[in-house]
Amino acid sequence: MSRKPKGPQAVTANRLGDGAVVYLAETGRWSTRLEEARLLLDAAQADAMLDEAGRDAATRVVGPYLIEVETGDAGPRVASLRERIRATGPTI
Amino acid sequence: MYAYDRHDRMFVHARVEQFRDQAARRLKGELSEDEFKPLRLQNGLYLQLHAYMLRVAIPYGTLDARQMRQLALIARRHDRGFGHFTTRQNIQFNWIKLEEAADALHLLAEVDMHAIQTSGNCIRNVTADAWAGVAPDEIEDPRIWSEIIRQWSTNHPEFSFLPRKFKIAVTGSPADRAAVKVHDIGLRMHRNAAGETGFEVIVGGGLGRTPIIGTTLKDWLPKRDLLSYLEATLRVYNRYGRRDNIYKARIKILVHELGPEKMRDEVEVEFQTIRDGALALPAETIAEIAAHFAPPRYAKQPGFAPAHETLRRTSPGYRRWVETNVVPHREPGYAIVHFSLKPEGGVPGDATAEQMEAVADLAEKHSLGEIRVTHTQNLVLPHVAVEDLPAVWRAAEAVGFATPNLDLVTDIIACPGLDYCSLANARSIPVAQRITRRFADLGRVHEIGPLSIKISGCINACGHHHIGAIGILGVDKQGEEFYQITLGGNAGPEARLGDLLGPAVSADRVVDTVEAVVEAYLAIRAPGEDFLATYARLGLAPFKERAYAPR
Repeated sequence: MSRKPKGPQAVTANRLGDGAVVYLAETGRWSTRLEEARLLLDAAQADAMLDEAGRDAATRVVGPYLIEVETGDAGPRVASLRERIRATGPTI
Repeated sequence: MYAYDRHDRMFVHARVEQFRDQAARRLKGELSEDEFKPLRLQNGLYLQLHAYMLRVAIPYGTLDARQMRQLALIARRHDRGFGHFTTRQNIQFNWIKLEEAADALHLLAEVDMHAIQTSGNCIRNVTADAWAGVAPDEIEDPRIWSEIIRQWSTNHPEFSFLPRKFKIAVTGSPADRAAVKVHDIGLRMHRNAAGETGFEVIVGGGLGRTPIIGTTLKDWLPKRDLLSYLEATLRVYNRYGRRDNIYKARIKILVHELGPEKMRDEVEVEFQTIRDGALALPAETIAEIAAHFAPPRYAKQPGFAPAHETLRRTSPGYRRWVETNVVPHREPGYAIVHFSLKPEGGVPGDATAEQMEAVADLAEKHSLGEIRVTHTQNLVLPHVAVEDLPAVWRAAEAVGFATPNLDLVTDIIACPGLDYCSLANARSIPVAQRITRRFADLGRVHEIGPLSIKISGCINACGHHHIGAIGILGVDKQGEEFYQITLGGNAGPEARLGDLLGPAVSADRVVDTVEAVVEAYLAIRAPGEDFLATYARLGLAPFKERAYAPR
């Protein structure tokens, strides 16, 4: 990422077969639920997680990248509007 | 309408099977995304925010009932039950699965449709006046020429990898209903001093990051030379267009950098070299294509339409719809009917499978099976007998397509924006929805009169905001949606780019600001003056003062 992230990061991508928004989960599987995303505070570890996701891009997902996630009592929440819309669907 | 021959059908079906194999290899991991992406894009399959999006070509916005029904079937079987008609007269499906994309393409091929050249740096689907063949002011049917261009440009080996995408629009009428001046090439049919019909060739128009009104390279081009001149223009662009910078790769930048004179000279040299070659169009070839678009055999209509006249007297709602959404036809006793895809609170350009089927039924029953898509994201039945208008109105009302707002403030063009599009910076559709709710009072809408609002969710300008009387561009300011507003844009023969009103406004304020601009117009307009005329007379200042006044 071009700037230092302020909080934890997760890896997101689109699922190869249907394009659905997915997040890399703790077990190494891809989940459509942000709550299951694996969160990493350490930037180097996050980069390593992205590399690992990139290997999945051959058969399971398209275009993995890191996103910033905010954590709170209500669970994880993505920071940007674009990612909120990706996470929850069109707002219309 | 143009009908595929055996070769067309074989080609399109073969292409589907090629894609089926390519998609299967991608799903098995035999192709990487880098390898597969250009293949899927060549078949109109994008990956957007939430899913794959399939953009289907509707050549020059003309389709028949059978094709519309098939689009409904695709919406139901492979999408979430709806589709989105676009400013390029295409339809997009937002929720396609890669696993099913070839099946969707197969359904298209069954009705002589495809998604080829709806993406990529090639010549895209040709657009034309949605009233082609039926407009009273028409000089010649632009579909004949659009079809000739379609055949020439489809799989053109020399122009499959241009510096950037290339869009051509054709109008056969003095009134420009195809926005030809903001296309890479716009063709306007008109007669020369000898009374012969030919083309004004307008090159290098476009919107996006660098909006430019096109330059006339040729005042009048004979029909026989159309393809030779297009080929010459494309060759100059292919040779000199920039490939080093995606933002400077469109032909408009080349025309701007070379200057119109040099561009004209370069094209002329190439044109003179090839004009008597294989692309010269013999009269027989033109006649052969024109035969596909011969006027239908209209049943003779009586001079008086009793059902229509009675309802017009007794139903104010019907009368308003007829006055707004129905326009004169060249054939006596017939009318051109617009279905508004802009209901209050709706998504501009969206139609459900049920609505598509209803339109297909109505087209079969009342419009000789024919349907058009407008570049303003509405649908048209081009051949409706005046006496059938009451039945069509009732059916349109039943499916929510009878809002009487054609060319009025709620007939908004909007791109998919950040709700769907991976390029967008801000949302477009919710802004359109909020504006249509704010202007829900039809009396007020008609009091305002003709006024186009066009909304884009990013600088790529798919929502044509530069040529809206009121243009709205979504921008991202430190993670927040803001909207720049422009005034005075015009897509017609007097094409003009809008002027920036002032600082961008927040999402919370954008509808209030639009309303303040409209209220300013109502306060300062002269009797009978439409919005653009008032703007031309008084400029930005009176609008700016009210738009930014504290509320």
